[in-house]
Amino acid sequence: MPLPPGVSARDFQTVLRQFEAVVGKDWVFASDEDVELYRDSYSPFWHEPEDPVPSAAVAPDGVEQIQQILRIANNFKVPLWTVSTGKNLAYGGSAPRLSGSVVLDLKRMNRILEVNDRNHYALVEPGVSYFDLYRYTQEKGLNVFIDAPDPGWGSPVGNTLDRGGGHTPLRDHFSTLCGMEVVLANGDVVRTGMGALPNSRTWQQYKYGFGPYVDGIFTQSNFGIVTKMGVWLYPMPEMRFSGTVSVPKHDDLIPMVDTLSYLMNSNIVLGTTRVASSLTAQARDPELVALRSKPGGASIPELEEFLRRKNLPYWSIDLPFYGPTEVVPAQWAFAKRKFSAIPGVQFRDGATNKLPPSPEDLAKVANSVPLGVPSLAIFTAMERIGDGHIGLSPIVPMTGEAVFEVMDAFDKVIQEMGIHNVSVVPAGTYYPRSFFFLFNFPVVHNVEENRNMRSAFKRLVQVGAEHGWGEYRTHLAFMDDVANTYSFNNHALPRLHETLKDALDPNGILAPGKSGIWPKRLRKARA
Amino acid sequence: MIRPCVLLALLLPLAAFAADPAQAGREVYQKWCTPCHGAGLGKAGTEAAAAHGIKPAVLEQRTNLTPKMIETAVRNGVSFMPRFRKTEISNADLAAIVAYVGRK
Ligand SMILES: Cc1cc2nc3c(=O)[nH]c(=O)nc-3n(C[C@H](O)[C@H](O)[C@H](O)COP(=O)(O)OP(=O)(O)OC[C@H]3O[C@@H](n4cnc5c(N)ncnc54)[C@H](O)[C@@H]3O)c2cc1C
Repeated sequence: MPLPPGVSARDFQTVLRQFEAVVGKDWVFASDEDVELYRDSYSPFWHEPEDPVPSAAVAPDGVEQIQQILRIANNFKVPLWTVSTGKNLAYGGSAPRLSGSVVLDLKRMNRILEVNDRNHYALVEPGVSYFDLYRYTQEKGLNVFIDAPDPGWGSPVGNTLDRGGGHTPLRDHFSTLCGMEVVLANGDVVRTGMGALPNSRTWQQYKYGFGPYVDGIFTQSNFGIVTKMGVWLYPMPEMRFSGTVSVPKHDDLIPMVDTLSYLMNSNIVLGTTRVASSLTAQARDPELVALRSKPGGASIPELEEFLRRKNLPYWSIDLPFYGPTEVVPAQWAFAKRKFSAIPGVQFRDGATNKLPPSPEDLAKVANSVPLGVPSLAIFTAMERIGDGHIGLSPIVPMTGEAVFEVMDAFDKVIQEMGIHNVSVVPAGTYYPRSFFFLFNFPVVHNVEENRNMRSAFKRLVQVGAEHGWGEYRTHLAFMDDVANTYSFNNHALPRLHETLKDALDPNGILAPGKSGIWPKRLRKARA
Repeated sequence: MIRPCVLLALLLPLAAFAADPAQAGREVYQKWCTPCHGAGLGKAGTEAAAAHGIKPAVLEQRTNLTPKMIETAVRNGVSFMPRFRKTEISNADLAAIVAYVGRK
């Protein structure tokens, strides 16, 4: 396995012995076999030398051990890549950006410090998974509802720090963050928000404390090691209902999205949904294939006519509603009234679920995440994708026009570059006020195919940026590319990040390269 | 008076483990394996096995899994199933899973 850059084999052995003295022999992983476990299982660099490989991993069990590890890492300038549950699949798993980094694996710090169901929040350590949190709330009979990302084995801390999203009303996880404990590179322990007030009584109830609000700088960054996090939970709603709205014509998407935006921004439709087109399910219909493969492709009126003959809508959206049993039907009625302005609109009642779901109800659903029960059901979709995937996920305006533009621009590049098998989750509402597109690029164990896929990915990052659509998060392999697109005023924002990096971590030991932020001594590594 | 109680608390899980490793494995199995390999809807490992004609598709019901096969799957991953680190599934946990799956 590689050594940390600039560290001799002898010094590295000393580092490992010192780590062992801190955490015990069992929690330092340096054999090839053990280090292998930290590589990215969905790496776009399979069998290529660029595949990032750590030099070792160390798993502390508390803040004091982290402080001691930092002292050693500072002494020897050993880079540390922090993971909480390390399940960041599609974005790098538990692998570091820089080969030779030591993974600081916080999975052992898995204490649930508090779950409060009067004010609806939790205070957790990094190793607590969504599954753990759910089990705990069940065992204690707490009246809270968990908003998990699709895979429940990730953590509130790791997912929130990478600004992930869920599927229910609270879905934008950064917006649920309320107070953190962070260990800085020099070992100083900082509590943010009200946590800075000794004996604070509201650390998890009021986010901002006093003075500059710094929580954001510890997300998608390498400025500190988060050791505790407060997250807001949703009070258990009485029910979930989903109703589908469908429209017949291509351009109907414009008023349809405007209405969706109105309903979501008014907190009437709550939770993650997406725009769907009947053309996706019909993609293999011979008539549609013939229409699309004629010179110039299919025109919009031809596609509309094709769908009309099959009695299918052009667009549809499932609207999720969460709330009291008296209120949800009224919200659905109101939503129908608003959408009725679109000629030819149709409505269909979907599933109604009482919350919390009973075990019998749970047994009837394929994916329980929208019902507040963490799951791994999303992986049933992976059978179609293959051995893994990475996600290209631009944030775009929440308008029908933007949906047309994105599909058009990205489709062109994907076709031109001959990339097959890309699956798209179009126009999702993981984050309020904007759309989130997710293009899943399959990762295969074939060097040539992965190379082509990576060039298409990079090209799409550029094309997106040229249109004003930025990536919300990215895989290790594209962090520099994405950071470079946030270039207003001669890269003023990345330069600010670097200024902060140099001030907070002068030896450059914390996660070099995360989000394109390199410490001074490694800055030449920027792509 | 306090000492014996503390000792007893420490000894209990070990004793339980020694008495029936397969039982200890059941808990680990349910935590780490059931979400994908259990019975019922939305179980990706079970669905993938069924799609490949593997019978029975529910892992726990299989009788032809060797310890090596289980260890390799957990530490190397299989297709979209990732590798599991030792901080997630320790060697002792893995041995318990092997004992549980191989109990038949
Ligand atoms: C099929 C599939 C579906 C997915 N669906 C979703 C989804 O619905 N929503 C979603 O958001 N994601 C999704 N993902 C992506 C990813 O799996 C999740 O976001 C997952 O929760 C991230 O892993 P984690 O929680 O274990 O975080 P970790 O891997 O522990 O952390 C993520 C990153 O945050 C930083 N970090 C972690 N802990 C610390 C710390 N204590 N201090 C400082 N920095 C830290 C590190 O840079 C780390 O790489 C999906 C992935 C797959 C494969």
